[in-house]
Amino acid sequence: MAITTVGAPGTTPGAPPARRSAPRWWRARERLTVLSFMAPALIGLALFLVYPLLASVYFSFTKFDLINPPQWVGLRNWTFLLHDPNVRTAATNTLWLVVVMVPARMLGALGTGLLLARSRRGAGIYRTLFYLPALAPPVAATLAFVFLFKPGTGPVNSLLAHVGIEGPLWFNSPQWAKPSLVLLALWGIGDLMIIFLAALLDVPKQLYEAASLDGANAWQQFRAVTLPAISPVLLFAAVTGVIQTLQYFTQAAVAASVASGQATTGGGISSTFGYPENSTFTYPLWLYVVGFRYGALGYANVLAVVLFVVAITVTAILLRRFRTFLGSER
Amino acid sequence: MTALTHDSASGGPPRPRGGGVLGRDDLTAPAPRRPRRRTRTEVLLFVARHSIAIALSLMFLAPVVFLVLTSFMTSDQSLTSNLWPASWHPENYADVFTRTPMAKYLLNTAVYAVLATLFMLLSSVPAAYALAKLRWRGRNLTFVAIVCMMMLPPQVTTVPLYLMWANWGLTGSLWPLILPMLLGDAFSIFLLRQFLVTIPDEYLDAARVDGCGEWRALLRVVLPMARPGIAAAAMFQFFYAWNDYYGPLLYTSENESAWTLSLGLASFRSLHAVQWNLLTAATLLTMVPIMLVFFFAQKAFVQGVTLTGVKG
Repeated sequence: MAITTVGAPGTTPGAPPARRSAPRWWRARERLTVLSFMAPALIGLALFLVYPLLASVYFSFTKFDLINPPQWVGLRNWTFLLHDPNVRTAATNTLWLVVVMVPARMLGALGTGLLLARSRRGAGIYRTLFYLPALAPPVAATLAFVFLFKPGTGPVNSLLAHVGIEGPLWFNSPQWAKPSLVLLALWGIGDLMIIFLAALLDVPKQLYEAASLDGANAWQQFRAVTLPAISPVLLFAAVTGVIQTLQYFTQAAVAASVASGQATTGGGISSTFGYPENSTFTYPLWLYVVGFRYGALGYANVLAVVLFVVAITVTAILLRRFRTFLGSER
Repeated sequence: MTALTHDSASGGPPRPRGGGVLGRDDLTAPAPRRPRRRTRTEVLLFVARHSIAIALSLMFLAPVVFLVLTSFMTSDQSLTSNLWPASWHPENYADVFTRTPMAKYLLNTAVYAVLATLFMLLSSVPAAYALAKLRWRGRNLTFVAIVCMMMLPPQVTTVPLYLMWANWGLTGSLWPLILPMLLGDAFSIFLLRQFLVTIPDEYLDAARVDGCGEWRALLRVVLPMARPGIAAAAMFQFFYAWNDYYGPLLYTSENESAWTLSLGLASFRSLHAVQWNLLTAATLLTMVPIMLVFFFAQKAFVQGVTLTGVKG
């Protein structure tokens, strides 16, 4: 292990003797080597992470648009945040999605994962079939679902009518629009399922044998063996799921635009955001409207900073795990 | 494990189980503890499990089937509740290209996805190598920053970045989405680093002892071994760019000649009131390239998906 890394210069056996006599020069050389690998990524971090974050905080205290330069207005944007009825609607919708969509996706993925982990025969075909929808481009998948769930003539309501059920208006109903988006999200659980399936198959079989010998039934085995073993993966999935749902944009925007049936173009798509009755109006949609339709870039940055604080809080849970992971390494 | 011993206290005779997770070690176990017979319960369980799996398969498949059927209908029929085409019209697929700028969208999307993937590999593979295999001060901090960047919702940095690209006169094109890939992509670096960590150091040590520089070690020793990881990262990047809607909407919405498939598809209705037959055909055409890439590299991709959620 002593020769593993460039971090221990004196011990590198491959180094000619001259290097030992010039440790400072050698260290500089190593630093250059690391820099030659890392330079693009470090510039990227500075330009696309550090700079925009600092700029966002500064801009949140200013008033400006694409034509006029920033002008300091102090806390005015921030006090407006407290009186903004739209942000309340948008945040409530996003919170609804976080609370319903993330657990629904995780349960669905865990259920299908368990099913596949237990059935050996045909598991490959099932796995591919369950996984494929996750690959569908979100815009395409959303269009497909709006079509399937069209009130009146859509295939889903046609089939429901055959068995005597009058289907709801789905994407056109303020009550059903968000549940319809959850169904769309469930169609795409394949990626989560693959992750869970791998974790499930990684659980040491001896644990199940021991539990089974001790007379634990299926549910007890799941509680006592499976869940603890896959809990790190579940945590990871929960954190990334929440983060993904916080930025939920495409499906909500496209579903609203297509379901509303209004003529839209790429530039004017924001006119249908939230259809029907703001029920699909998420926080990122409001941020986009404020910044790029109303041109209130200062206030858009207030919304961005708030989103950042929420996201970093959730990420902190994950980072704590990484810290222990990094610490235990080597 | 305390829960396990607790459960064991509840006693009860061990029961033979078939087909479950335990069933998987039938192949490797040296000797079965007890003779196995397929009891009625096991058969029922087997049937139940596969019935559920088949039912689920149908549900996952059904949307695509309905899309395919509708894409062959006349536009009048696609407005009715008929599920089966009265007559078949494969020319709908050609119509999509003649009546919309689909070919242009396809080209833009391909340029975006291919360049973004190539640039990402150029910048992110070395970075991942330095994070996984070199030791330097600030490495952990950099890794934490990468994870933060990966988790950051894109909307947080949207406004300052949009202004930056507007200053450089590049809004209205896809370059604000392609060029940053030359400076590393956080998710790809993360994924590649997770993969490279699993390559044993011994190979590298051997190369270093032979006087191999770090760059040559990366190119000659690590790259050949990391091929599945690199393939997975490349595919993720390609799919991300292909599917991206927010980025193109932000930067190109005012310039229709730069639109991608996602953007064009979402705006399709404006051009042709409600032509579900064409819209479903276009939707399927957007999905096809992704499916093709997936089928050619399924194994590497599944491995990559697993790596995103399991390790670390």
